[in-house]
Amino acid sequence: MIEKIRIIVCIKQVPAVMEIKINPETNTLIREGIENIINPFDTYAIEEGVRLKARLIALKDNSFDVEVIAISMGPPQSVEILREAISLGIDSGVLVSDRAFAGSDTWATAYTLSKAIKKIEGWKIIILGKQTLDGDTGQVGPELAHILNIPFIGYASKITEISRNKMVIKRLMEDRYETFEVRLPAAISVGKDINIPGIPSLRGKMKSRSAEIPVWGNEYLGMEAKECGLNGSYTQVIKIFTPEHKHETLMLSGTPDEQVSEIYSKLKELNLI
Amino acid sequence: MRYLLTEEQKMIVEICRKIVEDRIIPVRAEFDEKRIFPTDIIKEIGKSDLFRLFVPEKYGGMGTGIFEVCLATEELSRGDLSVATSYAASGLGFIPIILMGSEEQKEKYLPQLASGEKLAAFGLTEADAGSDVSAIRTTAVKDGDFYILNGTKQWITNGGEADIYTIFAKTDPEKGARGVSALIVEKGTNGFEFGKKEDKLGIRASTTRELIFNNCKIPKENLISREGMGFVIVMRTFDQSRPAVGAQGVGVAQAALEEALNYSKIRTQFGTSISSFQAIQHMLADMATSVEAARSLVYYTAKVIDSGEKDVSRLSAMSKLFASDMAMKVTVDAVQILGGYGFMKDYPVEKMMRDAKITQIYEGTNQIQRNIIALDLIKKGFN
Repeated sequence: MIEKIRIIVCIKQVPAVMEIKINPETNTLIREGIENIINPFDTYAIEEGVRLKARLIALKDNSFDVEVIAISMGPPQSVEILREAISLGIDSGVLVSDRAFAGSDTWATAYTLSKAIKKIEGWKIIILGKQTLDGDTGQVGPELAHILNIPFIGYASKITEISRNKMVIKRLMEDRYETFEVRLPAAISVGKDINIPGIPSLRGKMKSRSAEIPVWGNEYLGMEAKECGLNGSYTQVIKIFTPEHKHETLMLSGTPDEQVSEIYSKLKELNLI
Repeated sequence: MRYLLTEEQKMIVEICRKIVEDRIIPVRAEFDEKRIFPTDIIKEIGKSDLFRLFVPEKYGGMGTGIFEVCLATEELSRGDLSVATSYAASGLGFIPIILMGSEEQKEKYLPQLASGEKLAAFGLTEADAGSDVSAIRTTAVKDGDFYILNGTKQWITNGGEADIYTIFAKTDPEKGARGVSALIVEKGTNGFEFGKKEDKLGIRASTTRELIFNNCKIPKENLISREGMGFVIVMRTFDQSRPAVGAQGVGVAQAALEEALNYSKIRTQFGTSISSFQAIQHMLADMATSVEAARSLVYYTAKVIDSGEKDVSRLSAMSKLFASDMAMKVTVDAVQILGGYGFMKDYPVEKMMRDAKITQIYEGTNQIQRNIIALDLIKKGFN
């Protein structure tokens, strides 16, 4: 029998903003007029998933087949990033979405994702972006691996070896390289140094438009109310605020030469030089 | 979108724009300066399925029309004409196989060309033969199950980079243009070598090389169609490919126009932006109008070809002629609007101007296009 190896890529939809603005009255993100995108680090996870599939297929081992599945937990409109992932070479997508999941902290998110992943037969490699643009915690990956009881290697820089049973992972730390050999299943998180995300293909885009993306709610995942959403969360955000800027910051852009002359004239204007 | 594009066509445009923004613009000046062939960009174009467009689905393609090829070529040309030329030249190399190749030839060569895994090239021009196809000196002499190829091709786009070459050679030197045949030659065949790499005015990142054949043995199965069909194959191929050269002109001119427009709004002289001067405004208006006119002619021609119309030589020549002349004028004017800055390599318009020139020369000089148009007009008039 041919074994099906499944690579799971976890992705999240985030607002496409350089600077997040928060409504001071409601403590929530101001989302009006802001486009939603795939969390930038997750685009590297998608690309790595697609590349690992190609590498496993290149082994020409007829005893297994490989599929890359993207999973996103979020509101119904997150289906758009799953379609985008398919246009980039992902085979299929799953949306984990239910009102009961609203307000999940990183633990509840990881727990919910673990429930969804367990529904997928043959999952062997889980890839996540190292952190999100909005939450910025980087905790879901390690928590997910902990719940699934599998090894987790964060900030992977390179997968130097891959086979049906193990991966060799290199990562760059501040002062050294570390190399790990892990047995599969395992989870990794990736950053910008692992690859250059690809360009969508025309066939991928066409496939993504018609792809059926199942929505898995709690009825399917079967968690107890106290395990998910706000009730399943150990942490609660009490207050979010935009720090007050006591000093005005001027950001310069352009070529280094342009920036130097701009800063020079500014300093001159302020009589500092 | 100004034109009514289908979902699929919009996707083609989106993909090309992403390639241009992410992959081409950051490197185009350096690649031009150092004459670096854009290998990785071409691979990305292949991965994005753009080489599949015109190839029939049966052979791993997407079976689109020439219109889609023109859209892709136009968008890539907005980024860099070298990349667009390398892309389009592969198409030029495999169109003869699509149009007149045997079933075996199509099955053998098209899938790997459609995927972009391999590139094709079109070998017609020689030192003394370009516009005049009948002056070809390369010979292919039948010897049992082979043709023995001898001669030198000049200025072949994708030379050395391509794996599959459509080569035009005389199988019957007595017969002039009617003695020319087309053969598929694979890189690596004994007796097939590459000569010097040209140093060019424009499209410097695309590769232009000599192909040297010295008693090169080609299996007779590699003959496209029949002996003596070479000239017909050239003409039929150019009928299909010339609108894409027009699309190159539209793309590079559009890019130059956008640069000129942006610059005119930020450049201040006499205390005001130069876009407030009527002299500049009228230049911009004329440039934009001529880009739009050329685009309309290119799109119209492509649509006529895709409708199945066979008698397209005149229109096809017109689209190439008009759009390439327009591109030359618009890019020169863009340099003029940028003034001294336009003349500097720090800004992209001087490169666009250098690049645009080739569109008036290759795939039949614009003088040859006028011959084709005039002769067709005199012979057939207007139906």
